[in-house]
Amino acid sequence: MTGQRPHGIGRRGLPAAAAAWTALPWPPLPWPPLPWATRPARAAAGRVVCIGAALTECVFALGEGPHLVARDSSSRFPAAALALPDIGYMRALPPEGIASLSPDLVILSEEAGPAEAVAVLRATGLPMRTLPDGAGPGAAEAKLRGVGAALGRDAEPVARQVAADWAMLDAPLAGLRARPRVLFVLSLARGAPLVSGEGTHADAAIAAAGGVNPVRGWRGYRPLSAESAATLAPDVILMMDFALQEAGGAAAVFATPALAVTPAARAGRVVALDGGLMLGFGPRAAHGRRALAALLHPDAALPPLPERPWTAA
Amino acid sequence: MDGGVRPAAGGAAAPAPAPGPDRTAGAPPSATRVLALGGLLLAAAMLAGLLLGPAAVTARGLLATLLDAAGLAPLPAEHARDAAVLGVIRAPRVLLAAMLGAGLAAAGTVMQGLFRNPLADPALLGISAGAALAAVAAIVFGHGLFGGLFGPQAGALGLWLLPVAAFAGGLAITFALSRLGTRAGVTSVPLLLLSGVALNALCGALTGLLIFMADERQARDITFWTLGSLAGARWPQVPVALALVLLPALLLLPLARPLNALVLGESGAFHLGVDVERLKRVAVVLSAVTVAAGVAAAGLVGFVGLVVPHLVRLAFGADNRLVLPGSMLLGASLLVLADLAARWLAAPAELPVGVVTALLGAPFFLWLLRRRAGLA
Repeated sequence: MTGQRPHGIGRRGLPAAAAAWTALPWPPLPWPPLPWATRPARAAAGRVVCIGAALTECVFALGEGPHLVARDSSSRFPAAALALPDIGYMRALPPEGIASLSPDLVILSEEAGPAEAVAVLRATGLPMRTLPDGAGPGAAEAKLRGVGAALGRDAEPVARQVAADWAMLDAPLAGLRARPRVLFVLSLARGAPLVSGEGTHADAAIAAAGGVNPVRGWRGYRPLSAESAATLAPDVILMMDFALQEAGGAAAVFATPALAVTPAARAGRVVALDGGLMLGFGPRAAHGRRALAALLHPDAALPPLPERPWTAA
Repeated sequence: MDGGVRPAAGGAAAPAPAPGPDRTAGAPPSATRVLALGGLLLAAAMLAGLLLGPAAVTARGLLATLLDAAGLAPLPAEHARDAAVLGVIRAPRVLLAAMLGAGLAAAGTVMQGLFRNPLADPALLGISAGAALAAVAAIVFGHGLFGGLFGPQAGALGLWLLPVAAFAGGLAITFALSRLGTRAGVTSVPLLLLSGVALNALCGALTGLLIFMADERQARDITFWTLGSLAGARWPQVPVALALVLLPALLLLPLARPLNALVLGESGAFHLGVDVERLKRVAVVLSAVTVAAGVAAAGLVGFVGLVVPHLVRLAFGADNRLVLPGSMLLGASLLVLADLAARWLAAPAELPVGVVTALLGAPFFLWLLRRRAGLA
């Protein structure tokens, strides 16, 4: 994502030989364009492999779940997804494993990798659709529309409902005076908790739910020292529910030296939420936003959101 | 140094001035038999690697793919998947695995001969650690740096950033080694070994520092990279591996005879007419190139370089003229089969191939140690 910055330096000085080497018409050596490469990338009644938790939720939300033949290890919602074959961790894609499922379409989060394995998959001519894995307002609709286009299915009704649910929370959250400082802890990691910097899905989730991420100045999830935790002074520690369980509950969290000195520890405020609901920014984005806002602002009057088919497991 | 390397390798090959100690008593297994056996095994392994896997390929699909590749008949649509699996995924992968296995095993044999130590392997000198350090740096800094420099072209070129960095890292360590291990023109094997240990530790520490600086996703990428994988094998890598993995390994073959002489110690070998200094330099540099390029292509693949030479010695005795080519053939076969297992065992997911080789290699090595307790 950082690569998107509009830098132009040195593009002229691009090592021509290296570029030419990669640009050569390298194989599939003696293999001509494969027939499936010319097939349109849609699977009205086809076999779909989906890699990326939020994208898998989108496929189910659009009613195309029955076409899925495999998922990645992060796709754990809805329950029907768990019954599908698992191609493993999305940053360690297995080219032959995916080809062995004879998919008519591979829907791929842009976060999937490694780039080499994606290049191999591309070279096989399998129809692939890479979709952005954004966070924040509008991200869920973008994913739904992307998946809908890939599947040849109208995503507008679902996207509009998600957008409407999201918008129901805008006014009540804007009216809140308190903006708690919320530190998202990915894992306690034996004393140096991994916390969310800028540009993370957790950062976007906290902002959308009316909190403030006190971490500024670096991106991604990184370990935090005890001293910087004290200067960040979070009012609330936020975790994924399974991570909090694994860590051993609130007592263990505040026994960590880095977190023991925070205002959150004095108030005993650690909250936890399902990771896919809170950080996925898929069809459940609005409901995740409400659930997190309710945890961060226990006294606020938030409107209940309607039950949707895609929020039920 | 360039001038000295080639003649040494070539010179020892054809004329072979050193008589070489023919210490193998009794009936030594003939080289042709070993080579034929190994060649047969490798052919069978490569055939299995090509034909087997989670994506079942029918005989008809294979035939259609071959006819199409030969330009005899166009590919029928129903065999498109078979053709892609065979030609795009498996063929480059099997070729890379074979070359990598041969290179690692050859480097391992030569290291064990050079250090006269059964526990030596290509990782000992810190060459793979240096390559790993550079690869990890590429994972941590590569995206920002490369994306910034090249913009949209970064995608295609970016695939080469990590392997090029890893290869350069391995060579840099080799250069440092040859400087550190040489005093007044004489390469000291103990000095080389101890410098390697220190460089290993240094590279390990710097890699740790980079992991500390990495964010969560980069750290996971690093973990998977260090476990080794051939999942990214593509055709453009094949000619590169041919030149940088297989060729240096083949150039190691002529060292078999001087390495046999080295069993008598450096002065003993010297009196047999072996140019010991040149032998040490050539052995280290060629092993380094093949190992660095191998790490660049597939990450860290352990145990092939350590275990395979022992297997061959167990079967055919310690004559390096048999052990070296035999190890190359067996190493190639084993890595092809390990990669087949990596593709197949957890299908549709994939195991890291380094995990498979270590899972097979470590228990076997322990068994070997117990069986031959009198070895050291």
